[in-house]
Amino acid sequence: MSQAIEQPRIVKIRENVLKKNDILARELRKRFQEKQVYVVNIVSSPGSGKTTLLTEVLARLSQKFNVAALVGDLATENDAHRLEQSGAKVKQITTGTVCHLEAQMIEDSIKNWDLNQLDFLFIENVGNLVCPSSYDLGENLRVVLFSTTEGEDKPEKYPTIVNSADIAILTKIDLLEAVDFNKESFYQSIYQSRPNMKVFEVSAKKDMGIDQWIDFLIEEKMKAFKKMEV
Amino acid sequence: MHELSIAYSLVQLAVETAEQNHLKKVEALRLKLGVFSGVVKEALEFSFDIATEGTIIEGARLIIDEIPLKIYCPQCEKEYVLKKPVPVKCPKCSIGTDQILEGKEIELYELVGG
Repeated sequence: MSQAIEQPRIVKIRENVLKKNDILARELRKRFQEKQVYVVNIVSSPGSGKTTLLTEVLARLSQKFNVAALVGDLATENDAHRLEQSGAKVKQITTGTVCHLEAQMIEDSIKNWDLNQLDFLFIENVGNLVCPSSYDLGENLRVVLFSTTEGEDKPEKYPTIVNSADIAILTKIDLLEAVDFNKESFYQSIYQSRPNMKVFEVSAKKDMGIDQWIDFLIEEKMKAFKKMEV
Repeated sequence: MHELSIAYSLVQLAVETAEQNHLKKVEALRLKLGVFSGVVKEALEFSFDIATEGTIIEGARLIIDEIPLKIYCPQCEKEYVLKKPVPVKCPKCSIGTDQILEGKEIELYELVGG
């Protein structure tokens, strides 16, 4: 009696490995949309000025809007303390060893929040130009920050995050000359990965370009929820 | 490095699928990995062995198919596969485009069971 030879079975799947994150992000996006909360996910390498810029933006926006921030960090709560100076609602997400934020962390953080009382939510991602690119957090706008002190070719080194972002901000523009920053090659380096990307140039310390950035955010928020205001 | 988190998600998905399909053993997993997925192939391969430990897919091979960037050029009204991920431009008319059709996926698409 010959034994039947079992053929290897092939199971077709076609599923996104980050499906769980994507589903949750989609749910979050729907909730934010219903409550008309405009959500901005900010990514950059460590030290490029996310917290400094955000402190300024929170302070100015909170004069007219209800704003809040979630801030991701590996270990400390220093950034949250700095952001709290703006007067806005701030919550720290300490990720431990995780190098990015995931939709689940956002969901857990806003669990007890009344989203009706909120107009803008800023999410300061963990300082990292690689990992956050794979994780949708349910945001309306993903912003990638580069600073003049990092050198003009940084976007070229991290094409994936640039391509995954909607908007880029060049920070510490006041130091442009001091660090001999070549703006033309910076823009070229951005357009390599994301043609026609809109770029803002700001300095939070010297108050340059901040108002334009805020005006843009308000405009985008209006556009995002226009259809709902009938 | 977020490849270990990705590897755990991958293993979880593979184990669930194997159980649903009553596979006793998994010989191999085939994964599509886009050049713009943000995942480093070598780091994922390294993490995979750690993530599979003690699961029913321990010992399975991870076969990664790298997916190049496929774009749509609004000027030519055609799709192109790019040899290199950057610049994200039409290879024919050099116009930049935001329309990426393929190249961002982290997709488990096949399990080979024993």
